[in-house]
This record gives sequence, structure tokens and C-alpha cells, in this order.
Amino acid sequence: MLKQIEGSRAVAEAVALCRPEVICAYPITPQTHIVEDLGVRVKSGRLQPCEFINVESEFAALSVAIGSAAAGARSYTATASQGLLYMAEAVYNASGLGLPIVMTVGNRAIGAPINIWNDQTDSMSMRDAGWIQLYAESNQEAVDLHIQAFRIAEAISLPVMVCMDGFILTHAYERVDVPNQEQTDKFLPAFEPRQVLDPAAPKSIGAMVGPEAFTEVRYLAHHKQMQALSFIPEIAEEFKAVFGREAGGLVATYAIDDAETVVVTLGSVIGTMQEVIDDMRSEGLRIGAVSIRAFRPFPLAALQPTLENAKRVVVFEKCLAVGLGGILASNVRMALRGRAMPVYSVIGGLGGRPITQSSLRRLFTKASNDDLEGLHFLDLNKDVVNRALEREESIRRSGSIAENILRDIGLVAAAKTT
Amino acid sequence: MAHQQIKFYQTGTFTVGNRLLDQQLRTVQATADRSNSLDSGHRACQGCGEALGARFAIDAAMRATDNQLIATNATGCLEVFTTPSPESAWRIPWIHSLFGNAASVATGVAAAMRVKGRSEVRVIAQGGDGGTTDIGFGCLSGMFERNDDVLYICYDNQAYMNTGVQRSSATPGAARTATTQPIGDQPGADFGQGKNVPLIAMAHDIPYVATASVHDLHDLEAKIIKAMALHGSRYVQIFVPCPLGWGAHPQDTIKIARMAVECGLYPLFEAEHGEITNATKIRSRVDVTEYLKIQRRFAHVFKNPDQLAKIQAIADANIQRFELLSTVGNGQ
Repeated sequence: MLKQIEGSRAVAEAVALCRPEVICAYPITPQTHIVEDLGVRVKSGRLQPCEFINVESEFAALSVAIGSAAAGARSYTATASQGLLYMAEAVYNASGLGLPIVMTVGNRAIGAPINIWNDQTDSMSMRDAGWIQLYAESNQEAVDLHIQAFRIAEAISLPVMVCMDGFILTHAYERVDVPNQEQTDKFLPAFEPRQVLDPAAPKSIGAMVGPEAFTEVRYLAHHKQMQALSFIPEIAEEFKAVFGREAGGLVATYAIDDAETVVVTLGSVIGTMQEVIDDMRSEGLRIGAVSIRAFRPFPLAALQPTLENAKRVVVFEKCLAVGLGGILASNVRMALRGRAMPVYSVIGGLGGRPITQSSLRRLFTKASNDDLEGLHFLDLNKDVVNRALEREESIRRSGSIAENILRDIGLVAAAKTT
Repeated sequence: MAHQQIKFYQTGTFTVGNRLLDQQLRTVQATADRSNSLDSGHRACQGCGEALGARFAIDAAMRATDNQLIATNATGCLEVFTTPSPESAWRIPWIHSLFGNAASVATGVAAAMRVKGRSEVRVIAQGGDGGTTDIGFGCLSGMFERNDDVLYICYDNQAYMNTGVQRSSATPGAARTATTQPIGDQPGADFGQGKNVPLIAMAHDIPYVATASVHDLHDLEAKIIKAMALHGSRYVQIFVPCPLGWGAHPQDTIKIARMAVECGLYPLFEAEHGEITNATKIRSRVDVTEYLKIQRRFAHVFKNPDQLAKIQAIADANIQRFELLSTVGNGQ
């Protein structure tokens, strides 16, 4: 059914269609409307049987889901940003225990300095926590990915993180085709756990494993993710057969057939990029894009053919491995090993900075002329950076970088008006 | 049958025994059909109070729930010595997730049972004092505040024993641990203000809070059985001496536990909805020195009269606060 609906509420509808049995959430750090909406559904009786539990921290939220999933209940929670880091220990634990929890991450920045806006540093910090990570391009895809996520999680007994850009998707009103219950039930069977806490058949879960078996356990975690590389596209195909539209899978391509410059990215920025690419193609520039939809497992094999004809690759991402550069870029370079061609790592949109068409157009023009440094920060204000460095050079007690820069920007702006 | 305090000791050991009791009054542990939920073959040290406490408590809870029990376990000695994979000493459905989240995991298990309509299945969370009073305290308080249907059992051995005896917020003043060495003017742990989690639990107004000790099996079982008859959040803290960490002889575990109670340092009481309903009277009061002198963790206290006086003052304050001495005419 077509609806003009906020991203968070559309996801809440999708999660409700999946008949979750336990939903637990710490509602803040930061908040989206997803769990609020689900809370209303449970309390009004529209989503039953389901337990909705308000907890005191993100760490407790995922811990409750660990308990409920281990006891055989389909379990869901949502978080983002600082909250995801606060639950980090439980994030690793849920995957280590093989519990098929589904969690939405409404991607946002990580402080300090505190910042509530969108980038993907939060989920990227958990990229090696053993969860499957899916990234949504649009609210429609966010809805569709959640329905697929329960299916994937329960089939291979691993937790799935559905990542959708904070604000840009979670708070945006868009037209979304919300599936109906009949379709969803057809696609998603009842949860049949691989392991369950039950007095009728007592089992111990979470025992200590020493050097004699730990490597094998970790190998199997990797093996399961490798299996997911074939399972995720299968599920996407099956989804298409039931719901009549494409969503998910490992990678999606846009105008790459004759492209000399291929941009690789993930998340909602692909929407803006497609418009820029259309414009630039009409001017004769051979440029295309690849969107990574499953970041874990990383689709090395699926990515390689999409970059086969490229003369250069631009990896664009909203996160930064401080001291290295792009996180996605490092992964993409693995897919390009043995290929001699420029790979540009571009960091943009940090802490909610808008990624404009004009900035992207300038970026892509420079890249297609091979006039770009290996690591580039989109719209970086070098004057501000240089002044901050000068302050640190000249004054020992130069103070907080963030506050100094704010004052600096404020002073410059004030000087202009006078 | 209602619990009644056993009025006699076995000779010599002062152990509260079964042998002179009617069959129905004997402990769960004394019965042939006990569940042995924590089975033999685990790797606890000789004289481990926690292994005893867990065995007593879980067998009693199994009796009370007709074996419909699931337990969650915090990281710690109890977890490590019972489940070196692929072995497990547990004969009940049991899950270990993390150090600080046993209460939340239990909340999740209880929610799953409720949503599946399995109201007969009851849930226990358990952990040591570190996993309860320190790192797990946020989750514990959250569970209390929501009044989730879970019994949380804290096995209190007053330090982080599994990792080599480091101080927790349950470590008593003056005690030697790896992080509170007996050196300087104030050897051992700082006295501070203490952190009495049973009293904090009571402040949440939860249905039931109790303290128990491994030396009084009848009392311990009765408290667990009572806790399992109630719904909502319940908290039982069991005093479990640690021979290794306390520098005591393994054969003295029960004696140390009895001394702790009889000197007033570890009051045994029950509370319902925030009000104390019962405190176990001291039967044969001993000086704190009787309790301290059989533990090497307090050896330096005997060279430091100030510390000894402080510890005695804590015991005296407990005796007054919880009215641990029988009043004249009330029977002894």
C-alpha cells in the first residue's frame, strides 16, 4: 500500500509486519520514532503477542534481546550513534552466541565533539562485530531490508544490523510502498531457533571456550558470513518474487557499463549521486556508480565485475578511519588488488554536513581528470584547519579544538557583516 | 509447610542439622530426589562457598517451580568453574552472556516466556558480587524498577575472585585484596561508606529482598522457596566465603559464614515491598575478632587497633539497626 510516511514510521510498520515477539529499547542516544511507533502498536493491541520493554540503557536493550532470542522469541531493537557504542560489548556477544536479532541503526556521528547528525561512523565501528550489515539507499529499501533481515538472520542464526542514514532517511517523509501482512507472512515463516532455553530440554548456552576450540568457533562465524554472500542475493530474488520489486542483495549498479569513472558508496547518498551522474553523462562524461548494500559480509566477488571496465574508482563514504582514511575504501581496494589504477578515497558528509550536487559535480570532474589526492575530504575548509594548526603551534594552552573552531567561524562571520 | 527456625545445633560443629527433624522439615539438600541442578564434577576450589550457595539455591528453586526453571549467569567464578566447554555442570537451561547483563538477559528470557504463554517457567539471574554490585548494577536496578518477574541471586564473596581477588564495592573495609594491599597507614580496603545492595534493592520497593548464608541451609532454602512463590523482582544475596581469596582453610567455610552472622557483620533479614519483615536473631554472639582471625585477608587488622575498632563498630551498628539480639523475655 502506497503511503506518504516518515522513514522511522515506515520501518516500524515493516517491523510490526514481521511479528516480533519481544521489542526492547532504550529510547534515546539518539532517538528515532521507530520504537515509539512500535510501542503504540503493542500497547493498543495491534501488535500482539508482543512484549515491549523500556530499558535503562542501550547495553540493557541488546541484553534483553539476547535473553529473549535465546529463549526462542523473535527479537528486535533499534539504536544509533553513542547508543551503539554503549552496547558494543553486547553487539559482539549477540553474534558470538549466534542469536538472530534484528537491529536498526539510524546512522549518526560519534563524539566528541558531540554531534547528533548523520554519518556512518557508528555502524562502521561495529563492522567487525560479527553482524550482517545491510545499508539502505532509501526508505523504501529500509522497509524492504527489515523484512529480509529477519529472514536472513533466522535462516543462518546471525544477528542483522539494518543501517539507514539518520535524519536523511529516518526523519524524511517519502512515498513508501508498505507491504501487507499476507505477503510478509508468505515470505517470513515463524521463527524456528537453532538453540533455545527450555526446561524440557536443558542446555547450557554461552560456555567458556579456550584455545583448543576458539579458532574453530571464529572460523565458523566467518564461514557463516561467507555463506550469507550467496544467501543474501537469493533472499533478494525471493523477495522480488513475492513483493514485486527489487531490494537488498549485495551490490547495486548505476550506469556502469561504459563508465571510466566508477563511484563506490553506501547508503542514501547514492540518490544525490545518481542525479549528478545523469547530468554529467548528458554532458558526455562516462561515469557510473556502485552502491554497496551488504557491507558485512563484504561482497568482494560481486564487486569485482562491476569495476572491471573502470579506469579509476572513487570511493565515497561518510566515515573516517582516523589515521588511515576511508574504511569502505580499504575494503574496495581489496577487491581491486592486482589492478593498477587510481583509487580515490573521499570522505564527506561527516556529522551531517550536506553533500550537495555542486560539490559532487566538482569532485567527480576532478576525479575524472585524475586531479585528486589519494585521500580527499569533501568541502574541507582548509583555512579553518590551518588557523587551528597555527594556534596550536603558537600557544601551548591553545584550548579545545572544537570550541576554538566554532569561535573562529563565528568571528569570521561577524567580521564579514561589519 | 511453613518455615520455622531450627532450635538446635548439632554438637561440636554448631551446624544446624537435619537428623533430629521430621522428614517433611528436612532440607531439599537432604532429600534423595533433589534435582542436583549444579552437578558434581565442576571445577570450583575446595571449600568454595559459592558452589555450595548456588547448589543450595538452585535446587530449592527447582523444587519450588516443579523444575520449570531457566537461569542466566553473569561472568565470574560460578560461570567459569561450571561451564568449561564442552562440559557443563548445569542440569537446567542456563545462559551466560556477559559480566554486567545477567539481570537484563533474564528480563529478556522472562519476556519470551510471557509472550509464549509459558507462565509456569520461572527465571533466575545469578552472579557474584562484582557482577552484581559494580558492573551489573545498572541492569539490576533497571530490572528492579520495572519489577520484571525475575529472582536475582547474588553470591557475595566480597571481591572479584575469578580474576585473582580484586576489590569490588562489596569488599569490606580493611580487607586485603590484590588492589587493596595491606600496606601504609590504612592497610587493606578503604572503609568508605559501603554499598549495601539489599538495602538499595529495598529502596526499589520490590516484592522480596533477603540475605542468606551458606551456614544456615534451612534458612537459605526457605528464603529461595519464598522468593519463588512470589512474582515480580526479587533479590536474594547469599554470603559465600571464598577460602582462596580470603586466606582461609577450606574446611572453615561454614564456620566463617556462621561467624560473620553471629558477630553481626552480615545480618540475615527479609524485606517485603521495602519493609523489613524479619531479621534472624544472633544466637551466640561472638566478637568480630573470632570472625576475622581465621582469615588471612584481615591478618594486619590485629596490628591496627583503629581498624579493629571500626569493624567492631560496624557489627555493633548492624546489631542495633536490624535488632539482631533477642530482647530479655523473648526466649533465647
